[in-house]
Amino acid sequence: MTASIAYGAVEVGTELPARSFPVTRATLVQYAGASGDFNPIHWNEKFAREVGLPDVIAHGMFTMAEAIRVVTDWAGDPGAVVEYGVRFTKPVVVPNDGTGALIEVSGKVGAKLDDNLVRIDLTAMSEGKKVLGMSRAVVRLA
Amino acid sequence: MALDQSFVGRTYPPTPAYEVGREKIREFAEAVGDDNPAYVDPEAAKALGHPDVIAPPTFVFSITFRAAGQVIQDPQLGLDYSRVVHGDQKFAYVRPVRAGDRLTVTSTIEGIKTMAGNDIVDIRGEVHDESGEHVVTAWTKLVARAAEEA
Repeated sequence: MTASIAYGAVEVGTELPARSFPVTRATLVQYAGASGDFNPIHWNEKFAREVGLPDVIAHGMFTMAEAIRVVTDWAGDPGAVVEYGVRFTKPVVVPNDGTGALIEVSGKVGAKLDDNLVRIDLTAMSEGKKVLGMSRAVVRLA
Repeated sequence: MALDQSFVGRTYPPTPAYEVGREKIREFAEAVGDDNPAYVDPEAAKALGHPDVIAPPTFVFSITFRAAGQVIQDPQLGLDYSRVVHGDQKFAYVRPVRAGDRLTVTSTIEGIKTMAGNDIVDIRGEVHDESGEHVVTAWTKLVARAAEEA
């Protein structure tokens, strides 16, 4: 594992570069195929409404996959991630308007641990709502 | 209806091996729009110290969730899958999943709770490679929402 960021170069509060990830209906169809999760709430508006959702929603695991990119792009080696967990608090609603939704992710160093490990606290927002809670990754720095 | 607490601690048999292929990793990385070369270029992965391309951190969920199906569909447990939503997800990695891995998953029910009529089941999936090395542990919290009053 070869992270490109040195443990000594970060402090608690150090911010990681924030990113915005667009998601459209086409994104969700592609993710369904790649992940094998074909739950119709992620592509069938009629079905989504019938089960009480406002519209089609993104796969929670899609949002989780996007959020960690803030960490893996920063650390350089995705293999440096040793722990990653989230709570799915609110759905990312994806309208069929050609534009879709935006997932905005920011992260900062929440704690410096032993063994060159740091804990990154992530925030993921869509339409002004927090879509992930307790979103934390532990990553081994150089 | 409350789920049977006696299922806590139950471990299901390991799944047949899932072989991780380079092109499946590429397909997943493209689907999440991640162009990190470690996912598609063996040389880039090797430069980081990995023997082959590695998978994005959440890739392994496809494998552990399929394994969790043993729990979800266990008729004796009686979880109402049509009402299930994903509550929490966590991974602890010994090493990244990589192309060529043949992975088995052993699922255990870690907890069962009922809160406000919702059934909450915590499932732990231990992922091992062909040599028996522990690769990653996945914890999945599933919430079966309370059925609406008729």
